[in-house]
Amino acid sequence: MTALGHVPGPVGAAPPAPEASRRGLSGYLLMLPGTLWLAFFFIVPTVTLVASSLYDPSGTFAEGYQMTWHWQNYTDAWSEYASTFLRSFLYAGATTVACVLLGFPLAYAIAFKAGRWRSLMLVAVIAPFFTSFLVRTLSWKLLLSDNGFIVGLAQALPFVGEDFRLLATPAAVITGLTYNFLPFMVLPLYASLEKVDPRLIEAAGDLYASPFTALRKVTIPLAMPGLVAGTLLTFIPAAGDFINAELLGNPRTRMIGNDINDLFKSSVIPTAAALSVTLMAAIIVMVLFYVRKAGTEELV
Amino acid sequence: MASRSGSEAAPSRLGGGADLEIQGVTKRFGDFVAVNDLSLNVPEGAFYALLGASGCGKTTTLRMVAGLERPSAGRIVLGGDDITGLKPYQRPVNTVFQSYALFPHLSIFENVAFGLRRTKSKEVKTKVGEMLDLVQLQDYAQRRPAQLSGGQQQRVALARALINRPRVLLLDEPLGALDLKLRRAMQLELKRIQTEVGITFIHVTHDQEEAMTMADTIAVMNAGVIEQQGTPSDLYGHPRTTFVANFLGQSNLLPGTIRDRTGDEVTAEVHGTKVLASHVTSDVREGDVWVGVRPEKVTLHASGEGHRDGQNRLPEGEVIDVSYVGVSTQYVVRLPFGQKLMVFEQNTGERPPFTVGDRVDLAWLADHTFLLDARQDAHAGADLDDDA
Amino acid sequence: MTAVASRGVRGWLGNHAVLIFGLLVLLYMFTPIFVVVLMSFNDPVGRLGYDFAGFTLYNWKNICEPYQLCESVGNSIKIALLATGLATVLGSLMAYAMVRHYFRGRGTANLMIFLPMASPEIVLGSSLLALFVNANLAGQLGFWTVFVSHVMFCLSFIVITVKARLSGLDPRLEQAAADLYANEWQTFGRVTLPLMMPGIVSAALLSFSLSFDDFIITNLNSGQMITFPMFVWGSAQKGIPMQINVVGTIMFLLALGMVLGGLLLRRIRERPTA
Repeated sequence: MTALGHVPGPVGAAPPAPEASRRGLSGYLLMLPGTLWLAFFFIVPTVTLVASSLYDPSGTFAEGYQMTWHWQNYTDAWSEYASTFLRSFLYAGATTVACVLLGFPLAYAIAFKAGRWRSLMLVAVIAPFFTSFLVRTLSWKLLLSDNGFIVGLAQALPFVGEDFRLLATPAAVITGLTYNFLPFMVLPLYASLEKVDPRLIEAAGDLYASPFTALRKVTIPLAMPGLVAGTLLTFIPAAGDFINAELLGNPRTRMIGNDINDLFKSSVIPTAAALSVTLMAAIIVMVLFYVRKAGTEELV
Repeated sequence: MASRSGSEAAPSRLGGGADLEIQGVTKRFGDFVAVNDLSLNVPEGAFYALLGASGCGKTTTLRMVAGLERPSAGRIVLGGDDITGLKPYQRPVNTVFQSYALFPHLSIFENVAFGLRRTKSKEVKTKVGEMLDLVQLQDYAQRRPAQLSGGQQQRVALARALINRPRVLLLDEPLGALDLKLRRAMQLELKRIQTEVGITFIHVTHDQEEAMTMADTIAVMNAGVIEQQGTPSDLYGHPRTTFVANFLGQSNLLPGTIRDRTGDEVTAEVHGTKVLASHVTSDVREGDVWVGVRPEKVTLHASGEGHRDGQNRLPEGEVIDVSYVGVSTQYVVRLPFGQKLMVFEQNTGERPPFTVGDRVDLAWLADHTFLLDARQDAHAGADLDDDA
Repeated sequence: MTAVASRGVRGWLGNHAVLIFGLLVLLYMFTPIFVVVLMSFNDPVGRLGYDFAGFTLYNWKNICEPYQLCESVGNSIKIALLATGLATVLGSLMAYAMVRHYFRGRGTANLMIFLPMASPEIVLGSSLLALFVNANLAGQLGFWTVFVSHVMFCLSFIVITVKARLSGLDPRLEQAAADLYANEWQTFGRVTLPLMMPGIVSAALLSFSLSFDDFIITNLNSGQMITFPMFVWGSAQKGIPMQINVVGTIMFLLALGMVLGGLLLRRIRERPTA
């Protein structure tokens, strides 16, 4: 929890350390246990997942599955779930945009305007993590419900009909997703903005840049690493999430996570695995494309 | 002196005199040669300065003595014992690190006591108390490093190293992080402490003034080798390379040719004028040379006036720039053959200062002339002294 | 006069627009927490009623009343503690090796640590389930399979957090320790470890909260065992007992207390007294 406060950048600059790294066996020994764990429970499962996606779909949980290189699992899954995929990426994209629009001003305010309230505002950003994800999402269900005060308020406005509702709409799902992943946007953005010397912005002003131009030409380019990290940290989990779609949406707002989860739960392993692999592959392709476009390699 | 009571860390075979000898040490980082076949000898009790611009290999040399780097070749011998292969914690050598490296999680007391606790020394409390007295930080024992000013942190770093009574104390740019005024004060303070404890200090710095103020021997390093070593006045008065001549203070270097030599006395010719050098220490014997003289050793005379015996004299200069800097006036004089010389004159008021356009003769004592091998670059080291 | 005054107000608003907007975003982030705290005192009308009907302390006094609620919280705590313990040890060792040791394959190691964080949870969860099914462990899904997967996804976060702390540490501190007669083990114990500690503690707290709060991976690999997020999920379908808000409030207060306490402690320690 508190660690999220540390995510913004390393503490101070490390001085150069000639020969600081020691050679020999001990490095390998220290790496070994963790590496083995990740090998057995991350790499092997991933390989297994890919293998499972090519199993004969007629197998069952109880009887086991046959490896038949059944590529048709993919084409079947794609034709059946294409629209769900599209919807997932659409929602995740909308969530990411909303997070940038809300998160950038917040990160900017903390970095440049908060003064002595900076630490407190940072704590406030991570405070939602302090309590359960699911319990918070259920609160949104209450807030957005038909007799909740937000809908009541909206219905009282002109041009908004009596039958206006929020819960069980795409807007509710995106609101929930935005809410859940906003801190992942704010923290890296803050980390980048904090390193921007305010004098650079003043210098831009001195050189006849309007505040908006200074933002566009100086602040945003310098905050780019944070923006890239933030969008990835928001988009990826949002694309795979199904809790918001389930609790705040309706059957027509289902995301791909819902289907993967349900298929695994009902033991339709090959199809579920094919969907999971497709999701992963799609995300990798998009991330690579995006990172190349954004022109930064500072991922880790 | 300086033997430590700890048994595991201090090899007891270290005994006798504690002269530090560096014998033919080379250090390579990949293809880069940081220190090249370096040999030097630091006598016990000396305050020895390694002076050079950043990247000259002085810090690498220091780190090899500390045991933080392993030489690629050569030996390091302390008091007759080879310590080349010993780990840092096995050497009776301590370091005052650049920017101090005080442990932020420990109090000042525990920082200073750190070495004593490792060597299982007795009477930690008394010793730390005495050491904090020496550096005048008695009242700060329970503070954390972050709560101290830069100068105070510097003294803690010194105390933390000195308390172990090392045979050799290494100081890596110890005053670099302090402002000018504090630096001057600490220079005197360091000199006082060194005299008081009598331990060999090896001091790495890029600041020539700092080295001259404190050290009794200076070694000027450049590109991994020692250009020259000696007392500050030796180095300043009789530099043996153009690098030393330019890096330590400023020099006028004139192209000349040796005409005659008897013992220490050499006569050279500079554009038709004979110049005598009466105390030559460099090994140039014949052929082309750089004839050098320091700007403040030169006096100016109105053209053709003020002749005195035993002086070198270059006639027919023209004053082309005059800057008044309070204690002195700095002139730039152009000689008939086009070269410009710098001349610093004390503002004694004995005669009115020259102005731009005046015709002058330049004079200096034969004893203040130095000769350098003409194959060297006349500008080596000229713009290096104030970086890093 | 009024023109000047209104320009003053507008100027103030202009200067503080970003801050005001930022505070509104924070309000958005806090709204659900207010609701959670409020609902923990709710006295609902019916079983399915989720409106605030009246104030009561009943939920606080009878936290364990809903079937399996406290059992699920217990399971979550047990798993989070064990997974955090192991992941912290393994992850700190890796972080130390990666910052202070030389070894081949550093790039590959970095990638292997980064990838789990960059994968959607549903993919991680389904991979693990695929593994367990293929290893004929489908019948054994439960506490240990969840433990194993939690260690896996917490590990990366721990390595990253501890690494950030370590690489910010001046290596000269360790050299100074060696110079002052501390051998390798003493240097590690007296200097490196204490200085790594804030990073390790942060990492462990992060890991605990990640593990405690995980639903997607746990849900796929837990078999019959129920953790707190799974209990909440299940009850969302049936009718929500107000006591989950009590648990949510307690979690929030504990975490907030720890963070603010830590912040305060740091302020006190760093206050210059000279």
